[in-house]
Amino acid sequence: METLLEPFAFEFFRNGLWAALMVGALCGMIGVFIVLRGMSYIGHGLSHAAFGGAVLGYTLNANFYVGAVLTAFFAALLIHQLSRGGKIKPDAAIGIVTTAIFALGVALISRVRQFTQSFEAALFGNILGVTSTDLWVIGAVLVVTAVGLFLFYRPLLFSTFDREAAAVFGIPTERLQVGFSLVLALAIIAAMNIVGVTMIAAALIIPAATARLLTDSFSIMLLLSTVLGALVGVSGLYASYHFDAASGATIVLFGAGIFILVLLYHHLRERLAVHEHLHYHDGVAHAHPHTHDGDHAHRHEVPASLAAPGQGAKAQGRSSEMKVRYKKI
Amino acid sequence: MAQPLIRLEDVSAGYRHRPVFTHLSLTLDEGRFAGIVGPTGSGKTTLLNTILGTIRPHAGRVLIEGRPPGRTRSGEVGYVPQLETVDWSFPVTVEQVILMGLYVNRRWLPWPSREEKRRVAAIAEELGIAACLHHHIRDVSGGQQQRAFLARALINRPRLLVLDEPTAGVDIKTQHDVLHLLEELNRQGITILITTHDLNTVAAHLPWVICFNQGIVAEGPPREVFTRENLAATYGGELAVFDHDGHLLIAHAPATHA
Repeated sequence: METLLEPFAFEFFRNGLWAALMVGALCGMIGVFIVLRGMSYIGHGLSHAAFGGAVLGYTLNANFYVGAVLTAFFAALLIHQLSRGGKIKPDAAIGIVTTAIFALGVALISRVRQFTQSFEAALFGNILGVTSTDLWVIGAVLVVTAVGLFLFYRPLLFSTFDREAAAVFGIPTERLQVGFSLVLALAIIAAMNIVGVTMIAAALIIPAATARLLTDSFSIMLLLSTVLGALVGVSGLYASYHFDAASGATIVLFGAGIFILVLLYHHLRERLAVHEHLHYHDGVAHAHPHTHDGDHAHRHEVPASLAAPGQGAKAQGRSSEMKVRYKKI
Repeated sequence: MAQPLIRLEDVSAGYRHRPVFTHLSLTLDEGRFAGIVGPTGSGKTTLLNTILGTIRPHAGRVLIEGRPPGRTRSGEVGYVPQLETVDWSFPVTVEQVILMGLYVNRRWLPWPSREEKRRVAAIAEELGIAACLHHHIRDVSGGQQQRAFLARALINRPRLLVLDEPTAGVDIKTQHDVLHLLEELNRQGITILITTHDLNTVAAHLPWVICFNQGIVAEGPPREVFTRENLAATYGGELAVFDHDGHLLIAHAPATHA
């Protein structure tokens, strides 16, 4: 018991735990919108852009965080503008914009070479070096994001589902996009020092993708993803202490492990649940409750009305062993 | 005399600096049920988007009931997108899709009010989808999906209903059901504008047709507009027009191979 509670004796660990909890919840919340918009790699890209911006800001004697936030916000807007026309898809826009800004940061680092600021924490995350000021900043970003999503839940849901129709219905989709980009930039900066630029995409995507497997309701997905993000953050950090492994990596591995478990559960539930859909076999289209058993096959009771003439009692509905191929239409 | 609900005056529109059509003037009277037909790439969707205000014209004026699109009274224009563009894996139920129609009304709380729920139930009942309100949008039939999006468009009781390819990607029975429903809505006074590729559907159900190919080729009742000449000018190929027991049928002209 003492061993289990041992890490809580250290202030750096308690601070790290709070940071992991809040950053996990924050990434889980924002991740839902990112995953459903099919822009999963925006987090990965923007964190790289933020890193480039942080270096740029530092070389210009500006604040590290101001440079990072402004650059990430600018990059998010630029990605949106570039992909609006349709000729350049969002994934290509993310690749061009964010890599270019990241490259600028790397070029500056290689040129200047004398930095008092450590950029290692931003690249790989340093959850155990979290100060109480960091905690206040992360807490403020979390509150702003949660309040923003609560107040703009309805227009955000509509524009995420069907942007064009939302605009026709009078939803201010452009202004919403700008607001979302700003919140996303803030969230990425808040998470950057915790999980690191290299792992941020996973922190954003995994809780949302896991929640999507568990529910068909948007609001439940949002809640589940937030809770999962927080849970993964806390348990991953706790495990990293005992396994003496890098905290950011352990958090991501924990998330990936939960995703795999949920995926298995989802797969089994789909297979085993009795369901009904129209399908063909023996040239007859019909629907009836059945369960699946192997690829493109399912087991079910053969309705007497569908049994081929001369197949006897077995085919007339007594046997549940008949395996048939089916074609979903 | 019917008042014009949609008026386009000398409009040029397109994407970036590439106009899809130029100097287009069009008037659609209140109470019409009209279909825009034309080949792929003719600019039907651009025209629809210009009317809806999602594309700004390069030149000219677009007015919906005397006001530019986007400045119309909220909920005055209902829109049903092409079903093929919908993300069917998105986690929403039929009820949530219909509720989106009310999201234009400012309400800071995420969940629906009792009044909003009542309105959703009423429109779902009217369109015959009350039983599947709590189903995921992917798990209902094509006809029910089309009705869910129609319900979203109709929940604010719009004066103009615009549908992009409402007959695309659904079976013949669903096509007929949807068009009968639109006929009924039109009888109730809603002006309806659709785009479609299905000339026979237009001939059978719609009282007004606009043949469009980067400009208006002809407009009027299908029986007057669907002539070999107009169809050749619209589609650039030979189409045959038959009268079968009073029904107008359009088919490919027999191919003449040497």
